Amino acid sequence: MHWWLPTAASTFAGPIDGLFLAILIITGIALVIVEVGLVWFSVKYRARPGRKAFYTHGSTRAEVIWTAIPAVTVVALGLVSNHYWVQIKGRNSVPPNAYAIGVHVKQFEWQITYPGPDGQLGTGDDFTLRNQLHVTVNQPTVVRLTSEDVIHSFYIPQFRIKQDAVPGLTINAWFQATKTGEYEIGCAELCGMGHYKMRARVFVHTPEEFNAWMAQQAAGGSE
Amino acid sequence: MTSVAHAKPGAHDAHHAPMSFWRKYIFSTDHKIIGIQFLFVSLFFLLLGGLLAMQIRWQLGFPGKPMPGGGILPEAMTSGGVILPEYYIQLVTMHGTFMVFFAIMPLLMGVYANFLIPLKIGTHDMAFPRLNMWSFWLAFTAGLIMVAGFFVPDGAARAGWTMYAPLSARPDLSGATYGQLVWCVSIVVLGLSSVLGSVNYITTVINHRAPGMTWFRLPLSVWAIFITAILAVLALPVLQGAAILLLFDQTIGTHFFDPIAGGQALLWQHLFWFFGHPEVYILILPAMGMVSDIIANGSRKPIFGYHSMVFAIVGIAFLGWIVWGHHMFMSGMNPTLGSTFMVSTLLISVPSAIKVFNWLGTMWRGNLKFTVPMLNAVAFVSMFTIGGLSGVFMAATPVDMHIHDTYFIVAHLHYVLFGGSLFALFAAIPYWYPKMFGRMMSEAIGKWHFWLTFITYNLVFFPMHILGMNGEMRRLYDPTQYEFLKPQQPLREFITIAAFSLFAVQILFFFNFLWSLKRGKKAELNPWQDNGLEWSLPSPAPHGNWDRPPNVYRGPYEFSAPEAGNADFLPQHVKLPTDRDPAAATAPAPAPAH
Amino acid sequence: MTHATATANMMHPPAPAEPGSGVYSNKLGMWIFLASDVMFFTALIGSYIILRFGMSEPWAAPGAVLNVPLTGINTFLLICSSVSMVKAYAAIVDGKKYFLRPVPGRLLRDGGLKFWMLVTIICGAMFVGVQVVEYFKLVQHGLTPAGFREGSHFAEVALADPAKYGAATAGLFGSTFFTMTGFHGFHVTCGVVSMLYLYFTKVLPEKYSPQDYRGIETIGLYWHFVDLVWIILFTIVYLI
Repeated sequence: MHWWLPTAASTFAGPIDGLFLAILIITGIALVIVEVGLVWFSVKYRARPGRKAFYTHGSTRAEVIWTAIPAVTVVALGLVSNHYWVQIKGRNSVPPNAYAIGVHVKQFEWQITYPGPDGQLGTGDDFTLRNQLHVTVNQPTVVRLTSEDVIHSFYIPQFRIKQDAVPGLTINAWFQATKTGEYEIGCAELCGMGHYKMRARVFVHTPEEFNAWMAQQAAGGSE
Repeated sequence: MTSVAHAKPGAHDAHHAPMSFWRKYIFSTDHKIIGIQFLFVSLFFLLLGGLLAMQIRWQLGFPGKPMPGGGILPEAMTSGGVILPEYYIQLVTMHGTFMVFFAIMPLLMGVYANFLIPLKIGTHDMAFPRLNMWSFWLAFTAGLIMVAGFFVPDGAARAGWTMYAPLSARPDLSGATYGQLVWCVSIVVLGLSSVLGSVNYITTVINHRAPGMTWFRLPLSVWAIFITAILAVLALPVLQGAAILLLFDQTIGTHFFDPIAGGQALLWQHLFWFFGHPEVYILILPAMGMVSDIIANGSRKPIFGYHSMVFAIVGIAFLGWIVWGHHMFMSGMNPTLGSTFMVSTLLISVPSAIKVFNWLGTMWRGNLKFTVPMLNAVAFVSMFTIGGLSGVFMAATPVDMHIHDTYFIVAHLHYVLFGGSLFALFAAIPYWYPKMFGRMMSEAIGKWHFWLTFITYNLVFFPMHILGMNGEMRRLYDPTQYEFLKPQQPLREFITIAAFSLFAVQILFFFNFLWSLKRGKKAELNPWQDNGLEWSLPSPAPHGNWDRPPNVYRGPYEFSAPEAGNADFLPQHVKLPTDRDPAAATAPAPAPAH
Repeated sequence: MTHATATANMMHPPAPAEPGSGVYSNKLGMWIFLASDVMFFTALIGSYIILRFGMSEPWAAPGAVLNVPLTGINTFLLICSSVSMVKAYAAIVDGKKYFLRPVPGRLLRDGGLKFWMLVTIICGAMFVGVQVVEYFKLVQHGLTPAGFREGSHFAEVALADPAKYGAATAGLFGSTFFTMTGFHGFHVTCGVVSMLYLYFTKVLPEKYSPQDYRGIETIGLYWHFVDLVWIILFTIVYLI
C-alpha cells in the first residue's frame, strides 16, 4: 500500500512534491482552524436553559482580516506555482538538447518512435515500438505527442508528468528522469472501452545501457 | 387602505372552483406543488445515481467477480454477472450525468427555488406560473430521455459526464451508436427547462417582493438562489449550443470537433467548461444559502457578516465565469492561458473562505440547538471546507500535473457535491418538510441517518485523496492492470465496503421521508421558531400563500434581538410599536408614464 | 390618459410590492430570456469564429457559395419587419386597435395595430420562405452540413478554383452555415408562430389597449433581438 506520493524519479518531482507539501501545510492549518473551531463552538456554545445568544451582526475588522490573509496567501501561492509552471510547461521550457521521441497514441496503445542511432527524429533510421518507452537517466527527453483518434493523456506518475494527446495537435512534453529503473505510462483521459488497458512500460537506462539497447534495436532486434 | 383593483397576475383568482386531481397535483401551476414534484422525481434520480455508483464500486472493489444480481443485466453489460468494460464506462458516465443534472441541480433549484422564493419574499406564486409548470415537465421529459439511453441499441453514453470530443462525436470510436445522441437531446431539453425556470425565479425576486422586503432584507437562501438563477440562465444555453454541435457531428456529418475535417477537439472542452464551471457554482451556491438560514436559526443568532455573505455569493458567481480553464491545464491549451486561469482560480477560494469564517462567526457565542437540520448544516461547513481546500492543490498548476484526472479530483468533487450540496439537502429537506407536507420528519431517525452517513461518507471519500496522490487515474475499469496501482487494492476494497454501507444507510433517510408523509408528527406553524415569512403560514402552506402580501419590517436573522424580548426570534413580518409600515404598502398605483 | 383606480394600468408593476425593476414582469422576463438566447448564439457564433480563424486554409470567398444579393434583400425585409413592429407598438400605445382608417387630407390611410402586426407577420414569414428556398438551392448545388457533395456543382467549381471556393474548408463552411442560420431561422419561425397566435387570440378580438399591451411589447422585444442577431450573422457569414 502506498500512502503518499510515488517515488520521485524526475527533476519535476522536487518542485511539485515541495509545492504539494507546502499547500498541504497551509491548507492543513486552515483545516485545523475550521474543524477545531466547529467542534469547539459546538460544544462550548450548545444550548443550555437560561442562556441567550450574543446578538451581533458581525465585525468589519474580522471580515477584513479573514479576507486579507487568504488573499495574500493565495497570491503568494500563485507566484510560486507560476514560477515552476513556466519552467515545466512554458512555451520555451523544453531544453534545447532534449532527446526527441515521437509518441503517437491510439486506441488502445502507445506507438513510440525512436530517432535511431543518428539521434534525429524524422530520418530513415527511425523505428517504432509499441508500449515501450526507453530513456536515458539524467538526460532531458522531449516526447512529441500526437493522437490517431481521440484524446488520450500521457502520464508517468513517478515523473509527475502528464500531457493530453489531442488529435489534430502535436504537443511537446519534456522531462528528465533521475533514477534508473522501470516505470509505467498510464492513460489519464477516458478514451473508450480499452482505456484501462493502455499500459506501457518505461525503462530508464544509464547512458551505456541505452546505447547498447539502441545498437541492438538498429541491428534488427525488437525487444 | 386604498386598494388598487389590479388583477393579481394569474394567482389564485381563477382557481376558486374545485380543481380536478390532474389540475391540482399533476399539471399544477402552484409553485409549491411544482417544487414537490421536482422533489419526488429528483430523489428518484438520486437513488438511481447511487445504484450506478454501487455497481462502479463493486467492480473496483472486487474486479472481475460476478456482481450479486448481475445476472439480471443483459449480456452486453455483464458476462455471467461480471461487469464488462463497455458497461463500466457507461456506469461512470451516467452516474455523473444523473447526479449532476437530474439529482443535485433540480434538488437545489427545481425544488427549493420553486418552493422557497414566493414564500420567502411574500408573494402568491411565481411571476409566470404556467411557464413554471412547463419547466417541470420539460425536466421530467429530459429525465425520461436520459434513462432511455440504457435501453437503446448498444447502450448508454460512455464518454464520461464531460463527454469529451472526438470520443463522444464518433460512435465508431466509442461504441455507442445512439447513447451519446440521446444524451445530447436530453441535455438540450433539460437546458430549456433550466432557462425557463431561471427566468421565472429572477423575475419573481426582482418584481414581486412584498412591501418592506428590500434587497438587503432577503434571506441568504433567496440571494443564493437568485444569483444561481442568473448563472443558470447564462450558462445552460452554452451547454445547449455545445450539445447541438455534438449532436450534429454525430448525426448529420458536421465536423465541429473532428480535426480530420478542420474541427477542433479542444473546442468542445472550452464550450463545455465555460458552462461547466458556472454549473458547479450552481450546484453549491443554493446549498450555501440554505445552510446560512439554518445555521443562523440553529445558533439563535444573526448571520455573522450578512453583507459580506451577499458580496461573497456575488463574487463567487462573477469569478466563476473566468476560471473554466482550470479543468484544461493539461489539455494542450496555451500554457500562458493556464497561468491566467490559475490566478483566477486561486482568487475564487477567497470568497468561499469568507463564507466559512462567517458561518463559524455565526456559531460563535450562539445558543446552539442541534436538530437534524443543524447537524447536517454544520457538517456541510466541515465537509465543504475539506472539499474547497483540496481544490487549492489543483489550482496550483504544477501540482495539478500530477493529480489531474486522478482520484484526487474524484475525492475533491465528492467532498463538495456530497459533503457539501447533499449534506445541505439533508438539512434543507427536513427543515422545510413541515411547510411542504404539514408534518415533521422523525428527529430520531434523522440523527441516526446523520451520524451513520457522516462516518461512512468520510470512510468512502477521504481515502480517495490517497489513491489520487499515488497516481490512480479516473474511469479505470481495472486498476490492477498497472503495477503501481496493484498494491492499492486493499484500500479500494475498503472504500467499496464503506460505500455499500453508506448506500444502505440512506434507507433510513428514504424511509423517514416517505413514512413521515402520513405518520409524521403534525407540524405547527413555526416548528423551528424561525423568522422567515413562510413560517407565518399554516403547515402545509395553502394555495396562493397569502390573501394579501405581508409587510416586512426587518431582516431575516433577528434572533436574540433585544426587541424580541423573552423570545429568541423576531419574524420579519411582526410589527413592533416602533415599526413604521413600508412605503410600498401604502403607495398609490403609479400614474402611467407613457 | 390618467385613470384613477378604475382600470389598472398593467404597464407598471401592480402595487403593493417593493419597487422592483420598474418594468412589468412579462417584459423583464423577456429581457432575461433574451440574455440566455444571446449566450446560445454566442456559443454558436463563437465556435464559428474559433473554427474559421483557426484554419490555415482559406475560407470560401464572400459571394462564392452564398447568394449575397438575394440575402441582402431578405435582410432588408427583416429590418422592415422590425420597423413595422415598432409601428404596431406605436399604434396600440395610441389606442389604434383598427386595421386601416382613412385620414382626412391624406392620401394613405392610417394603419392601426391589426395592419402593422399583419405586415410584420408577413415580412417575417417571407424571410423564412426565402431562406428555405435558398437552402433548397444550396443543397441542390451541393452544399451540405458535411461539405460539398461529391459530383455536385460546388464540388466541380471548387476543383477549378479551390481557394475561392474554400475547397479545403468546405466541410466546416457547410457545418457552420447551416447550424447558425438554421437556428436563427428556427427563432424567426417561433416568432412568426407566436405573433400569429397573438394576432388571432388577442389582436383581432381587440383585447389589447393602451392600458395593457404587454404581449405586443414583449413579442416586439423578441422580434428586434432576432433581427439584431441576423444583422450580425449576415455580416460575418455572408459579407466577410
